[in-house]
Amino acid sequence: MPFRLLKYALNREYKEPRFFRDCQTPKKSYDAIIIGGGGHGLAAAYYLAKDHGITNVAVLEKGYIGGGNTGRNTTIVRSNYLTPDGVNFYDASVKLFEGLSEELDINLFYSNRGHFTLAHTESAMRTMRWRAEVNKHVGVKSRVVGTDEISKACPQLDISCSGKAPIQGALYHEPGSIARHDAVAWGYARGADSQGIEIFQNTEVQSIDVRDGKVHGVQTNRGYIATGKVLSAVAGFTPRICKMVDLKTPIVIHPLQACVSEPMKPWLDTILVSGSLHVYVSQSSRGELVMGASLDPYEVHSTRSTFDFVEGLTSHIVDMFPFLSNVKVVRQWAGMADMTPDFAPIMGKTPIEGFYLDAGWGTWGFKATPISGKTMAATMANDKAHDLIHSFRLSRFEDYELTGEKGAASVGH
Amino acid sequence: MKLLKCPINGVRPVSEFIFGGEFREMPDPSKATDAEWAAYVFYRDNAPGIKKEWWFHSPSGTWFIAERNTATDEVLTTYLLGKKQAESTV
Ligand SMILES: Cc1cc2nc3c(=O)[nH]c(=O)nc-3n(C[C@H](O)[C@H](O)[C@H](O)COP(=O)(O)OP(=O)(O)OC[C@H]3O[C@@H](n4cnc5c(N)ncnc54)[C@H](O)[C@@H]3O)c2cc1C
Repeated sequence: MPFRLLKYALNREYKEPRFFRDCQTPKKSYDAIIIGGGGHGLAAAYYLAKDHGITNVAVLEKGYIGGGNTGRNTTIVRSNYLTPDGVNFYDASVKLFEGLSEELDINLFYSNRGHFTLAHTESAMRTMRWRAEVNKHVGVKSRVVGTDEISKACPQLDISCSGKAPIQGALYHEPGSIARHDAVAWGYARGADSQGIEIFQNTEVQSIDVRDGKVHGVQTNRGYIATGKVLSAVAGFTPRICKMVDLKTPIVIHPLQACVSEPMKPWLDTILVSGSLHVYVSQSSRGELVMGASLDPYEVHSTRSTFDFVEGLTSHIVDMFPFLSNVKVVRQWAGMADMTPDFAPIMGKTPIEGFYLDAGWGTWGFKATPISGKTMAATMANDKAHDLIHSFRLSRFEDYELTGEKGAASVGH
Repeated sequence: MKLLKCPINGVRPVSEFIFGGEFREMPDPSKATDAEWAAYVFYRDNAPGIKKEWWFHSPSGTWFIAERNTATDEVLTTYLLGKKQAESTV
């Protein structure tokens, strides 16, 4: 490696290839079009090529790769959900994540920290016991722990939370991890690109050509592209895409905000989440505390930030860690969370032939990036929902078969 | 702080209000099919734009309607259901 560096230092031209080709002119038609160059869209592209040999595919991204929620989240990966369907699905994702740095040949800074969901009330403890039992049943490492174990893992935490909401115990989930989110997008982009898939940035889908209940193509700012298969993987933009094909869904968009502190020496080894105080916090590899709270309380389709968020969040953080009162917040931002009534995603086929949905990722979709890519690729290749996502189908609402994942939400919503 | 106008109590901080979701016409429960009822309960025209929404002023227990642009977060008007007044903007 140092040798390569030296070669570049002495060479006037920098010949190292970019992560992926800079595609500018789309072909007239593709076997499949993926709308959205976030982690999900790029992962679906990667597995379409790798698992199914389908490479005549274009990924269209209206902004830049990973500029959506993939680059805005607090990077928590876990599988301690509440329903067996959810636990199985997210567990498959965690397993893919564990080998992903090697597979994509990029350091994702995947860091296994252990994940505590703190319980401040008797009813929260009950939910933790429930989740622990479901998790264990499916073979996922989760257990209920007392305050002694929490203090041992994080001595800096004030167990009484400044006397306001004393912690009674927690759900401890050993596989809980964090990862470098934009590297996940870049890794999948390079992996898809090197197999021949074309990625177009600054390319917006403006309308979708549906005739006789079937997809025929998309209109973009770079012209019309014909295709029989379209995957929408656009997170908070889903309602706009669904409007193009006149498809109703239960998705509502609420902003979700996050912030980071100034960097500190490493002191927080675990991931801590408090549903009652609406806090989740971990320390990044750069030393910043990465902090998030619950959704903004009403529907807004934009990524504006509010003072209410930092004010509320930091006051709760200081309840948990009084010594942080002099630490500064350095950045704040928001993403648009596509919320569903049962806190589970909407994945798979739709009533429109050739139109596939990967949506409803709300506040929980980063951890699902690998498995959503893999299952959506299989669903598109076979035109049949992958077994793991059967219970996440859009028609579950009409069938009154909701999944009931709300108890696994990291923070109250 | 963002402000919202309650049709009864006037302009108040938005933290006094609870969002009740998009206003939808309820089909007749005794005549609606299961599919129509599911569509009413779950499905929305959720693309951004000007929406008619339920809001609740919590301290006074007042439910009312707001017409709001969900893309820009601008409230055009608020009124009690069935009592629309053109001038009642914030
Ligand atoms: C503050 C915050 C914290 C979060 N924390 C976590 C967490 O800790 N753990 C977790 O698992 N999840 C978390 N999430 C959720 C997670 O970030 C998302 O669910 C996930 O990143 C969605 O990925 P995606 O690839 O589907 O969407 P995105 O990354 O949003 O990608 C969608 C892309 O589609 C593009 N697009 C939209 N419309 C068009 C169009 N018409 N034409 C072309 N392109 C278009 C957008 O520009 C965007 O780049 C969090 C979210 C937020 C906002």
